[in-house]
Amino acid sequence: MKLENINKEYDREVLRVDSLELNKGLIYGIIGPSGAGKSTLLRIINLLTSPSQGAYYFHGQPILKSSRELINLQRKMGLVFQKTLLFSDSVWNNVAYGLKARGCCREEINDRVGLLLDQVGLSDLAKRRADTLSGGEAQRVAIARSVAYDPELLLLDEPTANLDPYNIELIEEMIATLNREKDITVVIVTHNVFQARRIADKVIFIDKGEIVEMGSAEKIFTDPEYEKTRLYVEGKVIS
Amino acid sequence: MLDLLDGLIEAFSLIIALDPDLIQIVFLSLRVSLTAIIVSTLLAVPLGTLLGLKPEKKTRLFNKIIFTFMGMPPVVGGLIIYLLLSRMGPFGVLGLLYSPSAMIIAQVFLATPIITGLTMVGIRAKGSAVEETARSLGAGSYLAAWTVVREARFAILGAVITGFGRVIAEVGAVMLVGGNIAGRTRVMTTAIVLETRKGNFELAIGLGVILLLLSFIINSVLYNIQKGGKSN
Ligand SMILES: Nc1ncnc2c1ncn2[C@@H]1O[C@H](COP(=O)(O)OP(=O)(O)O)[C@@H](O)[C@H]1O
Ligand SMILES: [Mg+2]
Repeated sequence: MKLENINKEYDREVLRVDSLELNKGLIYGIIGPSGAGKSTLLRIINLLTSPSQGAYYFHGQPILKSSRELINLQRKMGLVFQKTLLFSDSVWNNVAYGLKARGCCREEINDRVGLLLDQVGLSDLAKRRADTLSGGEAQRVAIARSVAYDPELLLLDEPTANLDPYNIELIEEMIATLNREKDITVVIVTHNVFQARRIADKVIFIDKGEIVEMGSAEKIFTDPEYEKTRLYVEGKVIS
Repeated sequence: MLDLLDGLIEAFSLIIALDPDLIQIVFLSLRVSLTAIIVSTLLAVPLGTLLGLKPEKKTRLFNKIIFTFMGMPPVVGGLIIYLLLSRMGPFGVLGLLYSPSAMIIAQVFLATPIITGLTMVGIRAKGSAVEETARSLGAGSYLAAWTVVREARFAILGAVITGFGRVIAEVGAVMLVGGNIAGRTRVMTTAIVLETRKGNFELAIGLGVILLLLSFIINSVLYNIQKGGKSN
């Protein structure tokens, strides 16, 4: 996945990315203050929002704007929104949704959903209605729902905001497991720099709609290139 | 006072004895209104969904029109349909005036804006979020739209039942376009008007009781739907 010279304008420019390339199998952490453009970047990567300008490549192929192609490509990604919405249906049916959308047959859906729920420790909740889940459970179901169809790329927008430490740990473990066992590339937006440090291989720091710095987690947290990055990861106010 | 009591007793005996006149009127009412609601639902739910998914700014004019039609006095709606269907009107050749079809058309005209408006409001609450979630999970346009409707099912069901409640209890429009012809276009509400005028209170009261009962059922269902919708 690669973006080149992307920018996005609403009433003003909110994001500009000269170049961003994501490599398979890694976990990327996107950090930056609120309003920096993190969610916008995720939505552009997911093709949910089209950029005002710029080029988008997937496996080196430029993406045109035909809707058929967009949907096929979108189907290789999973996105968990900042405001998660589970369908008012059972946990099982929520997780099965993406497979049904792809026209999978019944047995395949049953096998895969069953296996996945086992893997991520949600089997007990399978029959529960999604609206009766706790915040942490709902978030885990939302992640499971977005990986049920084996996407190559999983995009998570602040998946642990407003959760307790126990659930945060569960979700971080779940992300690590999915990345390891299914070789899914993960992009996780978080405004918690410690979380990025714990789970990300590479960290992208965004401020005011621009990528300030991108590098290995190690580098960003111990020896960043820019003063701004250093201040931010140290929890200081940046202007 | 005695008259009223007699009327009530007489009314219940008509209901219990399944009086053929009364049954016929009740069935025609249900047939007309249910048909009208089915047609309206088929028109209004897709339209309301479409509007509900658009940003409010873009549908402002449409909203105003729909809300105006939602609040239109039924008799005015009836008048409009009457003029369209009357011999000199554009659809006069069809010869539909004073038939159950005319009453169905009038009720569709009244119920469609109500169901459209209420569906739109119900979808607007979280429709775009549902649509985006569905799309991010790989749904095509049809599945995404269906998911949006499904997620708003309580609101939509409520809209449909509200529409039904309005048309079944409505008198002005069906009176105008149906003509209240015995055995042909006489429904509960128009029968009540006529029988009361003639002093036949027992049939009028009997029908009134049945209408009240229907209203009770409708509102109980609505109440339960709203409760169901809230706990979600
Ligand atoms: N649909 C939109 N219309 C107008 N402005 C938007 C829209 N979405 C986001 N923005 C603006 O873009 C900027 C970046 O938003 P966002 O990507 O959500 O930031 P972050 O996720 O980093 O907090 C914010 O200033 C926000 O107000
Ligand atoms: Mg955000």
